[in-house]
Amino acid sequence: MLMVATGNKAVATAVKDARPVVVAAYPITPQTEIVEQIANFVESGEMEARYIPVESEHSSMAACIGAAATGVRAFTATSSHGLVYMCEMLHWAAGARLPIVMANANRALGPGWNIWAEHSDSLSMRDTGWLQVYVGSVQEAYDATLMAFRIAEHDDVLLPVMVNLDGFTLTHIMQQMETVELGDFLPPCTVPHAIDTANPGGYGTLTPPTEHFKFRWDIERAMRDSVGVIRETEAEFARRFGRQYAPVEEYRCEDADVVIVAMGTLGKEAEVAADVLRNEGIRAGSARIRWFRPFPAIDFGDADVVVIDRDYSFGSGGILAHELKAAGMAPYSVIAGIGGQEVTYDDIAGFVRNRIPGGEYWFGVSD
Amino acid sequence: MAEIPKEEYILRCTSACAGCSSSLVLRYILKAAGPDSVLVVPACCTSVIQGIYPNTAMNIPVYNVAFASAAAVASGMSAAFRSVGKKTNVICYAGDGGTVDIGIQALSGALERGTDFLYICYDNEAYSNTGMQRSGSTPLGAKTTTTPEGKRDAKKDLDRIVQAHNLPYMATACSAYPLDLYKKVQKALAIRGPTFIHILAPCPPGWRYPSEATIEMGKLAVKTGMWVLYEREYGKLSVTGASKGALAKPLPVGEYLTRQGRFKGIDAATIDYVQQSVRDNLARIAREVEGVC
Repeated sequence: MLMVATGNKAVATAVKDARPVVVAAYPITPQTEIVEQIANFVESGEMEARYIPVESEHSSMAACIGAAATGVRAFTATSSHGLVYMCEMLHWAAGARLPIVMANANRALGPGWNIWAEHSDSLSMRDTGWLQVYVGSVQEAYDATLMAFRIAEHDDVLLPVMVNLDGFTLTHIMQQMETVELGDFLPPCTVPHAIDTANPGGYGTLTPPTEHFKFRWDIERAMRDSVGVIRETEAEFARRFGRQYAPVEEYRCEDADVVIVAMGTLGKEAEVAADVLRNEGIRAGSARIRWFRPFPAIDFGDADVVVIDRDYSFGSGGILAHELKAAGMAPYSVIAGIGGQEVTYDDIAGFVRNRIPGGEYWFGVSD
Repeated sequence: MAEIPKEEYILRCTSACAGCSSSLVLRYILKAAGPDSVLVVPACCTSVIQGIYPNTAMNIPVYNVAFASAAAVASGMSAAFRSVGKKTNVICYAGDGGTVDIGIQALSGALERGTDFLYICYDNEAYSNTGMQRSGSTPLGAKTTTTPEGKRDAKKDLDRIVQAHNLPYMATACSAYPLDLYKKVQKALAIRGPTFIHILAPCPPGWRYPSEATIEMGKLAVKTGMWVLYEREYGKLSVTGASKGALAKPLPVGEYLTRQGRFKGIDAATIDYVQQSVRDNLARIAREVEGVC
């Protein structure tokens, strides 16, 4: 069905179509519309899920853990302070190998209070064992949320997935999107280690130093296996529904002398910047990183790389820039879009024109 | 005790301390609950008592969860079980720190939302698992590793906080009276909606008394009126078991306090204050039972 929706509405609609058994959530700007919409779907009978209006985000993830532990599909959504408040439970969800799906509306952290887009919230949860995907359009928010359930619940993965969409610049903008007739794209959720009172066992039992690392290695192995599952899921989605995604969305990169790397809506803006630069005779391309965990294999050959981080690791540098450096690149690291700072395609084109390989530039500060 | 089933859901070789009353009460709780039950356990002594991976001393599923999260995990678990038509008992089994301190927000939320579960707080009046630090449930005057001169604040009145949520069933119990506890667990689990039981669970190493005195210590708590056995069904209060006698004629609190190393050196003024608090509390309960207030 064709519709016009916000990013938030797209996520809520995908969740309705995925038919989770339990949704536990707490409101926070700019995510609130997702849980409001789901509460309305449940109230009107369009969704059969149990909606648990918890008293905090720590509890929303805890309730999802309790639900998923019984082997059912569970979903929540949050943002910013809500995400970092539930940090402890993010580790628990991944450690317990539960295929929970969560939408996160990327937003800055206080103080001062700031409700606008930034990636510091989700990137500070980088090492929790969650898969992370960053989307760039309303359609992609819908599609990625559906795929997230299938990837999370795959036997070779059984890890939670976080679907990230930029606060306001995607959660609150309206675009055309098309829903799908899901069919058996999303099979019923099965968790092989679900609680079974007929076969009792201990979960999360005290685990000594001789054993603990084995469980952590299992998470890493699942994360590595998820690369293939993501590829297979995106291919199957394309085959059934005609929309193709990849872990990295490359735009005009084939012959590029310079590649702009970014995530989320800035990654889409970078595509326009590439067009502008090409009109000037600069062979530019854009590589929008969609899957941040597992981090994709990337290689731009001899091209210069300009990476835009809507985040920062204080005392170290842009977090996405670090990933590229770990891949052997010497990117020009641009810090832009912090706390919703406006960044246009012209600004991005400017970053490219003025690039200094290996350098760092804080947009609006370093001038 | 003839009615108590012979089935054991705690197997031999737990890691409990000698004279541990919290593992004793859990034995009776699980006998009352039966095999179609899941125990949700936040960080507490029971995290250790159940055994070390790959072994477990528990013969029902035990879901260990983060300290602050037990009641919220139970919310999701209960919703999921009910959605798929399962009647499985969801029982939180949490210590006093995980209940009155770090877990109280999640507990309050789960109670307010009408979660179909039983929350049991076994109260050994300190963070015993980490080596006896003060909790909000530690009583006035008790020495812990973080109150070396004795606690200067009174024990948090958890039951009145829980009562304010107007749940269909709540009760207190004590490890020294397992049959009273057994009946209360059965009653709680027969009710749909949130239910709550607060159990006083004396702790030999923490309270500093000989391990063989665990049952006696529980009985003294009840007989002095320091701990009152009661239940509250749809708001109606009834005093149960040994507390009926204690309500009429309690032993002096000194007989309880002076038997425990944690109160060593407690001064007469503090004992008087505790005695007066007990008197006031028993009078308040008696008035409510008589329908005066």
